[in-house]
Amino acid sequence: MSFSSPGEVSSALRDVRYLADDRISQVVFLAERLGKPVLVEGPAGVGKTELAKALAAIHGRRLIRLQCYEGLDESKAIYEWNYKKQLLRIQAEEDADWSDLEGDIFSSDFLLTRPLLEAITSPEPVVLLVDEVDRVEIETEALLLEVLSDFQVSIPELGTMTAESMPLVLLTSNNTRELSEALKRRCLFLHIGYPTIEREREIILARVDGLDAVLAEQVARVVASIRALDLKKPPSVSETIDWARTLLALGVEEVDSGVLGETLHVLLKYQADIEKAEKDLVSS
Amino acid sequence: MLDVLTAFVQELREAGVPVSMVETIDATEALRHVDLSDRAGFKAALGATLVKNERHYRAFETAFEVFFALHRDLSDRAADTTDQAVKDPRTGQSRQQRGQGRGEGQGGGSGMDLDELRAALMDALRQQDADRMADLASMAVDQLAGIEPGRPVGGTYYLYRTMRQLDLDAIRDGLLEDLEEVDDLRQRLAQEEVQDRLDSLRAELEAEIRRRLVADRGREAVARTLRRPLVEDLDLMHATRADMDAIEDVIRPLTRKLATRLAQRRKRRRDGRLDYRKTMRHSLAAGGVPIEPVFKSPKVAKPELFLLCDISGSMATFARFTLQFVYAMNSHFSKLRSFAFIDSLDEVTDYFGVGTDFPSALQRVSTEAEVVHMDGHSDYGRSLELFWSRYGDALTPRSTVIIAGDARNNYRTPHADVLDAMQAVSRGVYWLNPEPRSYWDTGDSVMGAYARHCDAVREVRNLRQLEEFVEEIALPRPRVRA
Repeated sequence: MSFSSPGEVSSALRDVRYLADDRISQVVFLAERLGKPVLVEGPAGVGKTELAKALAAIHGRRLIRLQCYEGLDESKAIYEWNYKKQLLRIQAEEDADWSDLEGDIFSSDFLLTRPLLEAITSPEPVVLLVDEVDRVEIETEALLLEVLSDFQVSIPELGTMTAESMPLVLLTSNNTRELSEALKRRCLFLHIGYPTIEREREIILARVDGLDAVLAEQVARVVASIRALDLKKPPSVSETIDWARTLLALGVEEVDSGVLGETLHVLLKYQADIEKAEKDLVSS
Repeated sequence: MLDVLTAFVQELREAGVPVSMVETIDATEALRHVDLSDRAGFKAALGATLVKNERHYRAFETAFEVFFALHRDLSDRAADTTDQAVKDPRTGQSRQQRGQGRGEGQGGGSGMDLDELRAALMDALRQQDADRMADLASMAVDQLAGIEPGRPVGGTYYLYRTMRQLDLDAIRDGLLEDLEEVDDLRQRLAQEEVQDRLDSLRAELEAEIRRRLVADRGREAVARTLRRPLVEDLDLMHATRADMDAIEDVIRPLTRKLATRLAQRRKRRRDGRLDYRKTMRHSLAAGGVPIEPVFKSPKVAKPELFLLCDISGSMATFARFTLQFVYAMNSHFSKLRSFAFIDSLDEVTDYFGVGTDFPSALQRVSTEAEVVHMDGHSDYGRSLELFWSRYGDALTPRSTVIIAGDARNNYRTPHADVLDAMQAVSRGVYWLNPEPRSYWDTGDSVMGAYARHCDAVREVRNLRQLEEFVEEIALPRPRVRA
């Protein structure tokens, strides 16, 4: 399935309960048209990973996820030779001719594919999510470049593996460090910030069944107001959703200071933040 | 189109946004798939291909508004599906059509006097009618801004003039009256909502003025006047209110990034001792042969910091950002003590204790700390001597002393020799000066006299330089002292 306009992208995303704004749907649309990866950046909990999942859902594609962490290397990201199997193979036939053996143990039977190689060799197109790419060291980033720009992986013993189908690639970053220029240049850039009040209301309505529209509006407004405070960790969209669910479960019909004071801990996770919000919002 | 795009990219580069050749080509390529009459989509496409750093987005937006403001009138788009519609006024064409349809006195025609205009605006704001607000904003600019053709200005003055005559405070009060609420929280939300609407009016006026300026002087010229330095290049010493907010916003992300970078660099230094347990674990994959030895990472000695800030009038802003930046990096120093001085010196470490919020701590520094001895003009000599006599004992070979100030000593005795004494017992003495290097040693600046007794003197005029310095201090190279 291919989209003919950004509008179609957003309505398809809406069908899988992901509310995209103009910028998101336009960038996704372009990414598919230009065959370029998207680098998604933004604070935690605004739906970066969720976007990849939603895209996989609307295309009916498999989602392959590479979770990045410090110390991630080739053998965890791209491929690794299966040493044990190779050793067994060599021991099983000790008097074998070395050149035969070499050709044998360095074949794809002895290769352990990791997410990046898997995404490239998959016969059906997939969605590849490289999550929290800012966590890997800058040297490791280079590993990604070949995959991202040419959709291919070079394995010295086997040659170059080229993508059989174009994967849709999303990289997410929490912006804990500056990514390399080379990586950025190859990607379309998408910053997802906290949603506007209107969009957040829509998101809550889409995600929380049985929520009243008026209450949703109030929830969105209160959260926007809390985010405007100078906090250690402003509430994320997922925390807004949790809060809306809490209010629903408590049977609250309207948000006022009392209700907010009792349920602040759902939105804020630091005691200092809770105290501050209490001081500013609950008892002013 | 291509010409406009090239000029636009040129403008971005002038504003300091790095745009590579490849990215320009990508943008051109992207535009082939974009419906050019969809302004929001067009903007998103350019943004995604040209700007790869959110901090540069503000510069991008300014340039975009200038370069593609006129295109707004060419496109006539049906109601937007998203929230954009509220902020984004509909096009000139549809506006006129609506104006005719609306007819009597509501806002279609000219000849409204100021009171009518205010009333109409109030009404539009109340009903959140974006079209009408755009109309009225346009009229308001016509009548009130008094734009003088040909003047090379950015329009802030016109905006101010228009807003003052519209008397926004009265409008705000009027709007608040409808939204009277008993509950505190709801009252606050109502106020914020009113503020949001007023902000959108302000944005509308601003856009309108900008459109006129562009029509008058051409987009390159307007873009040049509107160009602002990127946040990391803003002058710390002379930051305006708006600049300060912008700087404040980026300090936390900036320090977080720096912290990550430092942590990674620390990790990479290894001390050469083999980690047996990990090596064994890794060797399992190779059938017990330790192909890849694993080494232990070293224990890091974090430096101690003594930060001395001049908080006299001209230095206050600089001191504030220096303190804020260094305190945000708190966890990277084993000890951090801060001192404020003007012509006397006082320790302010306690004000910044765990869990206190920064603005109130700063407030206490300026009100409670005993920093004035005589007349409240900076006296570096006396302050440094006080520091040495009161706190000199606390300095050890692991402490780094940082002095932040312009070294304008008001023609008093510099007592630079105190720095020698400090240097002898500490790891190092550094001086941060927010003035351009070329101003040093002019007038009453005695930078040169102090510089001879410091390990290094740095010009720190913006966040970029401050960041470089803190990075260097937080991860000192092993150094052998003579």
